[in-house]
Amino acid sequence: MTPKLEVSALSYSYHTMDGETQALSNISFTADTGEFIAIVGPSGCGKSTLLSLISGLLAPDEGTVRIDGIPLSESRCNIGYMLQKDHLFEWRTIFSNASLGLEIQHKLDKNHLEKLHTLMETYGLKQFEESRPSELSGGMRQRAALIRTLALEPDLLLLDEPFSALDYQTRLSVCDDISTIIRNSKKTAVLITHDLSEAVSAADRIVILTRRPGRIKAILPISFSKPDLSPLERRNDPAFTSYFNEVWKILQN
Amino acid sequence: MKMQDSLAQQAFIRQQRHRRRLVAVCRCFLLVLLLGLWEGSARIGLIDDFIFCSPSRVVLCFADMLRDGSILMHTGVTLLETLLSFFLVLLIGLLGALLLWSSRSISEVLEPYLVMLNSLPKSALAPILIVWLGNNMKTIIVAAVSVAVFGSILTLYNGFSGIDPDQIKLIYSLGGKRKDVLTKVLLPGSIPLIISNMKVNIGLCLVGVIIGEFLAANQGLGFLIIYGSQIFKMDMVVTSIVILCIVSAILYQGITLLEKKIKRSF
Repeated sequence: MTPKLEVSALSYSYHTMDGETQALSNISFTADTGEFIAIVGPSGCGKSTLLSLISGLLAPDEGTVRIDGIPLSESRCNIGYMLQKDHLFEWRTIFSNASLGLEIQHKLDKNHLEKLHTLMETYGLKQFEESRPSELSGGMRQRAALIRTLALEPDLLLLDEPFSALDYQTRLSVCDDISTIIRNSKKTAVLITHDLSEAVSAADRIVILTRRPGRIKAILPISFSKPDLSPLERRNDPAFTSYFNEVWKILQN
Repeated sequence: MKMQDSLAQQAFIRQQRHRRRLVAVCRCFLLVLLLGLWEGSARIGLIDDFIFCSPSRVVLCFADMLRDGSILMHTGVTLLETLLSFFLVLLIGLLGALLLWSSRSISEVLEPYLVMLNSLPKSALAPILIVWLGNNMKTIIVAAVSVAVFGSILTLYNGFSGIDPDQIKLIYSLGGKRKDVLTKVLLPGSIPLIISNMKVNIGLCLVGVIIGEFLAANQGLGFLIIYGSQIFKMDMVVTSIVILCIVSAILYQGITLLEKKIKRSF
């Protein structure tokens, strides 16, 4: 079976007048349909660059990204990208923020709008459709941002530390929320995080990167005794701590 | 009333209202005091009202010029020139800033020229403009535009380049193109900046129009001021200045009103 996402031998360097900085070197991994991959590594190891390469916002120096076996440039698959901050625009209502992607891709038809309303309802933002972003809590805003991404019906979700701007308590519950949403909709997801416990609680496999230039240090499969635990339930499972320690040890070496 | 306010809240609101009333009363009192002092010292001969004019002479002069309709014509001309140049500045400022934003090379090439033109005293250009364009409204409008437009381009361009790169990344990640960045982020996000720039521009345009009218006009408030001083009719000069004050205040308030209206949706 061809994997949903296949990253092979990716390398990327940044160029400035002061010199060349190699951000990533020889990165290869795959993700199957419905799999949740977390990427962790020390700060500045090129995690965000890796997501930009997978999404096609940047072109790699070397290596290829394939989706369903097709090179990224020819693939017609929709990729959803969630950034650190929600970037909801204050001059739009929550609903028109959530429909921004549809608007850009000229998909504001009845069918898509109906689905969007359903998403808003499912994720508890129904009564806030006409509110301004500033009237919502951080967790609700991040959920609105997720709906904006999901409205385009992406097959692959890229999450660039989407919880890091939230306070700890909200973060736990939003991470729980969003991971459950993604799992239930059977999306393939790649999550970048510097929070190891977040990675262990959400992912099926963890890709651990080295210091700059980022190389793959290890890929660690995570499996709990019961398969469908939510992130919060995983945190209470005895296996959680041992996985956490393992990731920690690999990072320290 | 929706809900019964607490006593402390009521007291607070009373106090605030009282303060606001006091400020309004003081403002009016200050105006009456200044006008009274001016009028009084002219009446008792402390100052020569032929040279220093007086409120009553201003009123008389205004009534006179209102009767033959000349003051309305002159005010109208100045207003028309100011508004025309203001909209031209807005248009050129926006287009110029967008051009600079659209290409880093263009902006790097043009920046020193814009900075130089912006700091050049534009009144120095007026004599050349008269020679090039003639003694007419075209000269005045070009002079007024030249006063405001370079600063406007630079301010707007700075604002445009200050937009969060992640917001631009968001548009691209949703499958957007540069056009979408422009219409979905850049322009709507810059509306507060554009309005605050409009506030600056309206004042500068008025300055430019008056400079232009000083040199190249036979109508308008700037012309009245110069003409009045040349024939030593100080009443005419002071009346024109008073009207100018009122016109500039109204124009500024107009934009403030627009700002308030738009702020509600931001």
